[in-house]
Amino acid sequence: MTAALEVKDLNRSFGALHVTRDVDLTLERGARHALIGPNGAGKTTLVNLITGVLKPSAGRVSLDGVDITNTTQAERARRGLARTFQINQLFRGLTVLENICLAVGERDGHTNNLWRPAGSKRIVIDEALDHLQSLRMVDDALKLVRELPYGRQRLVEIAMALAQRPRVLLLDEPAAGVPSSESHLILDVVASLDPNIAVLIIEHDMDVVFRFAKEITVLVGGAVFTQGTPDAIRRDERVREVYLGQEHKHEHRYG
Amino acid sequence: MPTARERAAEYLVRRHYFVWPEALPWVIAVACFFIFPDRMTFGSQVLIMVMFALSLDLILGYAGIVTLGHAAFFGIGAYTVALGFTRLGWSEPLSGIIAGGVLAGLVGIAVGWFMLRYRALTLLMLTIAFAAMLQEAGNIRSDFSGGYDGLPGLSFDPLFGTFDYDLYGHTNYWYVLIVLAIVFFVVRRIVYSPFGQALTGIRENVRRMHAIGSPVHRRLVTVYAISAAIAGIAGGLFTQTNAYVTLTVFDFDISAKVMVMLILGGTGRLYGAFLGAAVYMIMEDKLSKMSPAFWQFGIGLLLVLVVMFARRGLLGIAEDWARKFKRGRA
Amino acid sequence: MPQFATIAISVLFDGLAYAMFLFITSVGLSITMGLMGFVNLAHGAFAMAGGYIVVSLTRSLGIDIVPSLIISSVLIALVSIPFERGLYRRLYKATDLEQVLLTIGLAFMAIAAFTYFYGPIPKSVPLPPWLQGDVNLGFRAFPAYRAFVIALGVVLIAVLWYAFEKTNIGAKIRAAVDNRRMAESVGINVDRLFTLTFALGSGLAALGGGLAIQLFGLTPSFAVLYLVLFLIVVAVGGLGSLKGTLVAALVIGIIDTGGKYAYPQAGNFFIYMVTVIVLLIRPAGFYGRE
Repeated sequence: MTAALEVKDLNRSFGALHVTRDVDLTLERGARHALIGPNGAGKTTLVNLITGVLKPSAGRVSLDGVDITNTTQAERARRGLARTFQINQLFRGLTVLENICLAVGERDGHTNNLWRPAGSKRIVIDEALDHLQSLRMVDDALKLVRELPYGRQRLVEIAMALAQRPRVLLLDEPAAGVPSSESHLILDVVASLDPNIAVLIIEHDMDVVFRFAKEITVLVGGAVFTQGTPDAIRRDERVREVYLGQEHKHEHRYG
Repeated sequence: MPTARERAAEYLVRRHYFVWPEALPWVIAVACFFIFPDRMTFGSQVLIMVMFALSLDLILGYAGIVTLGHAAFFGIGAYTVALGFTRLGWSEPLSGIIAGGVLAGLVGIAVGWFMLRYRALTLLMLTIAFAAMLQEAGNIRSDFSGGYDGLPGLSFDPLFGTFDYDLYGHTNYWYVLIVLAIVFFVVRRIVYSPFGQALTGIRENVRRMHAIGSPVHRRLVTVYAISAAIAGIAGGLFTQTNAYVTLTVFDFDISAKVMVMLILGGTGRLYGAFLGAAVYMIMEDKLSKMSPAFWQFGIGLLLVLVVMFARRGLLGIAEDWARKFKRGRA
Repeated sequence: MPQFATIAISVLFDGLAYAMFLFITSVGLSITMGLMGFVNLAHGAFAMAGGYIVVSLTRSLGIDIVPSLIISSVLIALVSIPFERGLYRRLYKATDLEQVLLTIGLAFMAIAAFTYFYGPIPKSVPLPPWLQGDVNLGFRAFPAYRAFVIALGVVLIAVLWYAFEKTNIGAKIRAAVDNRRMAESVGINVDRLFTLTFALGSGLAALGGGLAIQLFGLTPSFAVLYLVLFLIVVAVGGLGSLKGTLVAALVIGIIDTGGKYAYPQAGNFFIYMVTVIVLLIRPAGFYGRE
């Protein structure tokens, strides 16, 4: 069975700086895969390479068996690859509903229409509202994004990605910057994602990682340090050394 | 009691509906015909600038493309009509401006395809350089273009063979007004369409647009071409109104002037073009006669004040007042 | 000497003088735009103002041109500081468009003010005997004034190069242009650095404006007419690069002079064409960062 996302021998250099080294990664359909690693390991760079923001120096990216290495970011999005950004990238001056409508409209080609009013596209509006409803955000629909608290903006960020009806979803630290009082909203959403979507999540919070992930890749210095099930990673001494040092102290405190 | 969901949907469904204040600019334009019948040539110039500013609003106000070379397309339209007459004996007015618009639009596609890959200073310089190159090229072939002295003595057929031009520019005013109305109607539809929404998205966050699969470059080239075509139509009307054209239509000054008009009125709202162009042209008419240096100082000061205190232009100020008024009453 | 060689040398010489003028006036703009990302379209107005101060100093106060140039540059450099601190500083976070509009507005105000005080007719300045006529460089005689401009340009290039590459402050500026946040995090006071470079750049612009009087004539609209040229040099050379500004100034100066010799009716066509070609191939300019 073809994997939903396959990355092979992915490399990226900036001059002498080799930021991504021979990375192999596979996401099966319905995967719940976490990408962890110390700061500066190149996790976001890897996501940028997969989504097409950066071009690789070498290697291949395939989506559902189709080679997408030379396609644009937008083309990959249209083929079902969605992502959230570490820092929200939303249309802050527009309402939440308009934000989602843009994502829905681009997906189905409605946005190519120059003549008919956007208001007449009930199918787009209704679907956008459905997405908001499933995230219990309908009450925020007419609020401008910049007026929302950061945690709820983060939810809109995820809603945007989901509105693309992706087959592969890349979440870059979805709970980053969210006050702990609101982070459960994000985590509930992540926990209840459609089981058919292959999800890759970059995360620092180990609780989230071990709760969510069925497979973990550890990235260090741009290369895959090790890969395996949560249990295997948890028991791996080398991983502790290289990364879980602080978490080790954390576990000492809370047993 | 409608649910939150129904209210949200209603808001989007109704957004493009006409509201009564939208009739104001047209009522005023018609009223001016009766109140100032002896200033109708000036009135046509104002309407032409409104159209030009409208074309700029599409790319600057909605798509966020900063250009100081839009006079290039104004000039292409102007010269299409002029050269159509001098070279081909073409004197039918409507087909003239349509030809000007189409040619400007085609050039817009070609040029935009290359230039819109860039942003910020690079794009700004490319737009300036393109308009300047057209002007210089026109000067090299001044046998063709009439150079800076221009092509005088143009004349055009009566509209539809029946409406002849009168000495006071009355027919011309109605002609320009009706063309403006048609152009405005088209622009308004584009702005409220899903495509128009995408333009706003590109302006607000182009990274996000790429990430949701939007073919950003194609969208930008499309709107640039449409804007160029409209600027071309405005240019064609300019030639027809003045029965004269010179290379000064490509001036950097013209590109800067139309931007000032739009900023003054307020970008991204279409009606800012009306307000800004009208206010600017009227003030220029009154003040620059008194003292050109005084006028230039005033415009400079106005720009500084707008950027510092009234970023959304006159329309923005009006909207703030309206909101305060509503809140005061509620 | 063969005809072609004579013309070529004239073109090179005049082109070099033009290039030196462009470099002196534009280098400040390139560094400030590279350092702060601030689009300052009033830069031409500082040059224009500098020129008019030289006019007043030489004609009304009878001061010689060389001291006048120095006084004018220092004066404009000092005057520019309150502009930067009081006005520009508030717009560092603003959009490009807002910066463009504000600085164009200031330029218009300056042009109008100087038109009011000096009138629109081009001014000239009296030159001391050693800058008049020709200077004999052995194989040929060249206009003395242009030779002076070239010599001054070379000296300034050497001084600036030394300051940039060999001094502490130069290193700080280069670091901040390269990566502002990193520079701030290692303790470089970027704000003060910017005020310094801005003042220096404005002073140099004033010098360029003063030199331009006897090269092209000075009217208040100099501020906008030549602004496009300065922007071209900056864009083509690459923001924040001394080397880039120099290379671009040489390319633009010589090609324009040559073009005008060969096709006088073409005006600035060749400059614009070079601009478009360079920017399409290297959008960040010769030495700009992508």
